[in-house]
Amino acid sequence: MSDLPDADEFIKIDHSTPSTGWMDTPAKIRPGMYCYASNYRSVEALGLPNARRWNPLDDDWQIPDNWQQIFLEGLQERLDKFRSLKIFMDICVRCGACADKCHYFIGTGDPKNMPVLRAELLRSVYRNDFTTAGKIFGKLAGARPLTLEVLKEIWYYLFQCSMCRRCSVFCPYGIDTAEITLLGRELMNLLGLNIDWIATPIANCYQTGNHLGIQPHAFKDMLDFFVEDIEEITGVNCEPQYNKKGADILFLTPSGDVFADPGTYTAMGYLILFQFLKEKYGLDVTWSTYASEGGNFGFFTSHEVMKRLNAKMYAEAKRLGVKWILGGECGHMWRVIHQYMDTMNGPADFMEVPVNPVTGTVFENASSTKLVHIAEFTADLIKNNKLDLDPSRNDNLSVTFHDSCNPSRGMGMLDEPRYVIQNVCNNFYDMPPSTIRENTFCCGSGAGLNAGEDMELRMAGGLPRANAVKHVHEKHGVNMLACICAVDRAALPDLMDYWVPGVDVIGLHELVGNAIVLPGEQERTMDLRMEPLPGMEDEADE
Amino acid sequence: MGLKAILQQKKKAIVKDWIDLVIDTYPGDSSKFMKSKGDRFANPVGSTISQGLDALFDGLLNGDSREKMMDMLDPVVRIRAVQDFAPSQAVFFIIYLKKLIREKLKKETKKDKIADELAELEFKIDELSLLGFDVYMGCKETLFSIKANQEKTKIYKAFKRAGLVTEVEEIGPEPGELNI
Amino acid sequence: MNSSYIFSLILVIILCVVAYMGGNAEGLRLVFGVMIPYLAVFLFVLGFLRKVLGWAKSPVPFSIASTCGQQKSMPWVEQNKLDNPSTTFGVIIRMFLEIVCFRSLFRNTRMRFHKSTDGVKIAYDWEIFLWAGALAFHYAFLVVLLRHLRFFFQPVPWCIQVIEFFDGFFKMEFVGEVIDIGTLQIGLPGVFVSGLILLAAVIFLCLRRLMSPKVRYISLASDYFPLFVILGIAVTGIVMRYFAKIDIVGVKAYTMGLVMFKGTLPPENVGGIFYIHLFLVCVLLACFPFSKLMHMGGIFLSPTRNMTGNTREVRHVNPWNYPVKTHTYEEYEDDYRDKMIGVGLPVDKKE
Repeated sequence: MSDLPDADEFIKIDHSTPSTGWMDTPAKIRPGMYCYASNYRSVEALGLPNARRWNPLDDDWQIPDNWQQIFLEGLQERLDKFRSLKIFMDICVRCGACADKCHYFIGTGDPKNMPVLRAELLRSVYRNDFTTAGKIFGKLAGARPLTLEVLKEIWYYLFQCSMCRRCSVFCPYGIDTAEITLLGRELMNLLGLNIDWIATPIANCYQTGNHLGIQPHAFKDMLDFFVEDIEEITGVNCEPQYNKKGADILFLTPSGDVFADPGTYTAMGYLILFQFLKEKYGLDVTWSTYASEGGNFGFFTSHEVMKRLNAKMYAEAKRLGVKWILGGECGHMWRVIHQYMDTMNGPADFMEVPVNPVTGTVFENASSTKLVHIAEFTADLIKNNKLDLDPSRNDNLSVTFHDSCNPSRGMGMLDEPRYVIQNVCNNFYDMPPSTIRENTFCCGSGAGLNAGEDMELRMAGGLPRANAVKHVHEKHGVNMLACICAVDRAALPDLMDYWVPGVDVIGLHELVGNAIVLPGEQERTMDLRMEPLPGMEDEADE
Repeated sequence: MGLKAILQQKKKAIVKDWIDLVIDTYPGDSSKFMKSKGDRFANPVGSTISQGLDALFDGLLNGDSREKMMDMLDPVVRIRAVQDFAPSQAVFFIIYLKKLIREKLKKETKKDKIADELAELEFKIDELSLLGFDVYMGCKETLFSIKANQEKTKIYKAFKRAGLVTEVEEIGPEPGELNI
Repeated sequence: MNSSYIFSLILVIILCVVAYMGGNAEGLRLVFGVMIPYLAVFLFVLGFLRKVLGWAKSPVPFSIASTCGQQKSMPWVEQNKLDNPSTTFGVIIRMFLEIVCFRSLFRNTRMRFHKSTDGVKIAYDWEIFLWAGALAFHYAFLVVLLRHLRFFFQPVPWCIQVIEFFDGFFKMEFVGEVIDIGTLQIGLPGVFVSGLILLAAVIFLCLRRLMSPKVRYISLASDYFPLFVILGIAVTGIVMRYFAKIDIVGVKAYTMGLVMFKGTLPPENVGGIFYIHLFLVCVLLACFPFSKLMHMGGIFLSPTRNMTGNTREVRHVNPWNYPVKTHTYEEYEDDYRDKMIGVGLPVDKKE
């Protein structure tokens, strides 16, 4: 008849059960699933190895001839430095408990996205060169030599992990794929194999203080603009302070809040909150243009780059002589602050144990690091009745809350943001328990994967999250997805556009900013997005 | 017995095979997971496919409207549009229903009376598969527009609101690029 | 990977044959009865120590607990002290539940509510069997191991007798029934539940690995091997106890000889099954430190579980922390001073 395959053959093409084991099934790097290669200028800017032009789709990745030596020596060094890595390489029993916990596996159906297998990719190399059993029994002991094909495969899947740690919750030994991914990416960076969505932000952040490469005057211009908008909406001038020596509190937030919608509205929320507290209680907060990035894409690169970028926070606090630091809404920023910062760049003995000057609450849980999360801060204010709130201004919103991976599984901040939401808006519905709190599903774009070119990966990886949002959207009419993470605010709108149209994304403090009644404010007719408040549709039109 | 009645009777078997067919397009180890009876939150792909195909089958029999059929087709195709499938593979499952029905109705198809009805149904399935392409392209267009507008709708928009766009161009490269 | 379990199976069968023949060969009884057991114990102890000390040698640079519950923050926010501990005591409880109850594995088994056309249904995941199977396997193994200590102590300590008593709890009932029926099996030795559970659990874990495509895909030969070895040990042990009925007194004399370094040989009439049992135990011991079985030691050291979550309250020290190159404020101001002054941002140096 024709050369077309018959019906049964047709549907099986490419997707029949691989008859070969995973070791013998090489990875095919597919557009839509990978991020573009690092820009050599960015790699150079931080003095990282092997800056050059390269393309993951090329056969030749232009890595040094002795790349195996570099990789294996790097692995040895990290085994000696990190007990976590050594143990996670040795003790996995391949029970499979983690397999279906990964959002990328659930969404893509690619077996190599099972956390166990993603780690096995590196483990097989470890066994081959570092264990007795692997050296003697080779493949039978799960070992395989590090070939170029294997390297590419490890690279491909290291950048299909958002370091969300969901698998580690279910692992009977607490094996943390995020740790393996971070250290694996360190090894890749030794060969100059970073992706540009990470390499360029870290270079920008190193130089200008923020991922977007915004210089100080533009940073201020942007905030000035928010001040104008807020004045138009509320009639109150919320002018912040910058780089002010001797301020009580230094405020740090991801630059996404300052430069990217809808984070910008969250930044307006911060400004309104600080203005309220300044007016009522004399709170003295300063922003910084030098430490103008709360986030830290270094965390997706290597421990060293993480430390290099993070150092600015304490350095700036010290220079300005503040008492403590308040941190804005960001996911991985808080994993770094909570679990790495003090160890890397502390001790922060030049600051005081954080005390909320308004309520007198001592934040003992931050007594060493001296960084308080703004959700903790605001929850404390609300608990002590210090804010004048009108939650009805958010009555047009039906809100659900997306726990960001890092504040959940790398910190444990679960109830504070919920407490704030429930006090600033009247319609709140949680998603099903298996998809929130410590079980939360990633947005699918974390760990530097929120680029444009890997949209298929992001959409597939975000499916489990979107699916839960869809559930509350259909059941409770939820139209707003609240979050406390700048990557979420960048990534979730795309995800919602694709999977659950009709749901928008909002930062926690945009909700707060809408609800706060500022001293001396005019009657508000618009929310922070300059859309009419509920019941004010007519006034806003005028 | 008319075709509709026969198909309603055999629905369970046909739809099961149809679902298996779609899920078997995933690698073996993954397809088993997707067939597992996990809840819709732990296993969204599997549950969306089974619910979607079940509804589609009913829709075909009941002669549901084009819009309704598109709504039912949407969740299934939407998932396949972001997974590792060629466009033809992503929507092939619709046409395949014809084959499944013929297999299940081997005995009944010999009767002439049903042949006419069957031809009509098969035409509807053909139509449905064309709808599938519409949905698929719609999904891809959404993806492309998300990709294309990423910078514009977020960073650029914020800059533009602030009246900073021209200034930024003076500074040098576009926002997001290295700026030393 | 289909070859991986076949390979392991064949290997274990070869080991059994070797042991059987070795035990029956007059000249090799010293090798299989004395030398190999000593060698195995030696390899086990040395390998285990080497591995654990190797782990311990690598520092824990960062405090990376997986926080699986509400953090300690303000007093009115209820902390989840089990899953996000802020005290050493909390960590101990967390580790205890992890090690004794396999708590993380149990998370897999949350019951789920299924919505179907006929209302809401509660269902358990298949994975509850992984938790139950793993728990049964490990505890049965532990009890069997403890029971075997009776071969290495003279007199047998009371605690081992207590374990035996409870393990053999069903003996009475079983024997009683048998008597009622009036069969000829009155002489059957008391049934130890642990041995049967161990056998059942090992078979379950083997089948799970083989039948579940997901797990089968990720399984290596080194995953099947210990399972088959343990299967062999359990089967031969059960055969010896209930069917072959070997000379227990003779065996005890032999094991006590091993303990006392007298080099006593196993009794002459002990039979090949005994050598298979013994040899497989030796193989398991010798392989232990070089395989994934080391998860037994590793779980105690897993940094995501054995650390507190209050890392902003207590500073963790990284022994190899080193200074890094940063972009200092001074450099930053030098780069942007004019622009900063231009928009009225404060600067440290005016010129």
